[in-house]
Amino acid sequence: MDAMIEIEGLGKSFTLHNQGGAVIPVMAGAHLLVARGECVALTGTSGAGKSTLMRMIYGNYRASSGRIMVGETDIARAAPREIIALRREVLGYVSQFLRVVPRVPTREVVAEPLLTLGVERPEAIARAEALLARLNIPQALWSLSPTTFSGGEQQRVNIARGFAHAFPALLLDEPTASLDAANREVVMGLIEEAKARGAAIIGIFHDEAARARVCDREVDVGAFAPGRAA
Amino acid sequence: MTPLLQVQDIAKFYGARRGCEDVSFDLYPGEVMGIVGESGSGKSTLLSCLAGYLPPDRGEVIFDTRADGPRDTLSMSEPERRMLMRTDWAFVHQHARDGLRMGVSAGGNVGERLMAVGARHYGDIRDQAVDWLGRVEIAADRVDDKPQAFSGGMQQRLQIARNLVTGPRLVFMDEPTGGLDVSVQARLLDLLRGLVREMGLSAIIVTHDLAVVRLLADRLMVMKDGRVVEDGLTDQVLDDPQHGYTQLLVSSVLQV
Repeated sequence: MDAMIEIEGLGKSFTLHNQGGAVIPVMAGAHLLVARGECVALTGTSGAGKSTLMRMIYGNYRASSGRIMVGETDIARAAPREIIALRREVLGYVSQFLRVVPRVPTREVVAEPLLTLGVERPEAIARAEALLARLNIPQALWSLSPTTFSGGEQQRVNIARGFAHAFPALLLDEPTASLDAANREVVMGLIEEAKARGAAIIGIFHDEAARARVCDREVDVGAFAPGRAA
Repeated sequence: MTPLLQVQDIAKFYGARRGCEDVSFDLYPGEVMGIVGESGSGKSTLLSCLAGYLPPDRGEVIFDTRADGPRDTLSMSEPERRMLMRTDWAFVHQHARDGLRMGVSAGGNVGERLMAVGARHYGDIRDQAVDWLGRVEIAADRVDDKPQAFSGGMQQRLQIARNLVTGPRLVFMDEPTGGLDVSVQARLLDLLRGLVREMGLSAIIVTHDLAVVRLLADRLMVMKDGRVVEDGLTDQVLDDPQHGYTQLLVSSVLQV
């Protein structure tokens, strides 16, 4: 099996220094293997640690123990600049919330990952506009900042940004949550295309039909709760 | 890859009081590092030591020079260091008037730095000055106006143009958006982000504004009482702070 993402013995606890130094273990012995072209769904009850695991894979949360290999890089030990390079070239992340510099036009927000990679400006903008059109963002909005858009529109801008570059590995945190049927279908298509070109995908989908359609396997994060791990 | 800047064991004391101590890090080409901490945490002292404005009591600041490779800037001769500060280094002050010549026109402010590195042809200097004023969104018809006639945000953009016109590789910024209206701040942040990306700049940004570092900095260093208490990837330090002081700092930000 051609693994793109490989997690072993991953543990996480939070230490709250300003609340009596309370130590809250949230994960132990987590393991996961995702091959190229495979989509794995993280499942589990709310608070089971799905988003925590995803944030650790992205390097946003620090792992307390274990290994997170994405390609050749161990996120749990990598220097900041290695993680930045990985995020630029290899590992994409579509979070639930769009975070942007105010005043920057939507088409720039979507084209930015490509510009950062050194793609020529006209090509990057063309790709951004094609994605925005596909995700049914009205053309009149492309030159405006997405900060004033509706929740659904912001989410679609976020998805367009996440899919602008053909990342070999993708993390998707509820990509279809607040979308109507037509746009949900567009996102399903984007995910299927990414799989077809060999991207390894880890997703959180509350939408069961979406999950059943694009995911090859489900992994219950509840099994990684501290105290349950062998 | 050779780091652009290697900072080793910098310490600065004001009498018995610690300005900063035990600061070491490497900065690579294209990296933007933020330094945060409350007033008196030593972040501005550290920046002044790194940029050659204040002699530290201990330590090395090794810069990868174009001509001779890595050199300790603290043991350089004064003319050598001044040349570095005019060419490969730039310093954006919090108060634009500290970084501008207020009695000289906007075009002159930008052109002066070009002349300092040997530009002599008036037409070329003026063309470059107008081009740079355009890049920082100052209209060409303001090129002959003096900075006194500019708003705070425009002065700050002019200071940035003056600093970047010589194509530096390392920019030091001390609270670059401090004292500006939030709408002007956003515009300046967008401008800085674009310039950093297009020019492949490395930068060290001192600020107390966590929102500014989240948008501009790849890496973050948190200072308290003159020491670095935590450092790492910016979003990781802000979203999963490990040190008690960083946790306090992050949890103290008002949500809007």
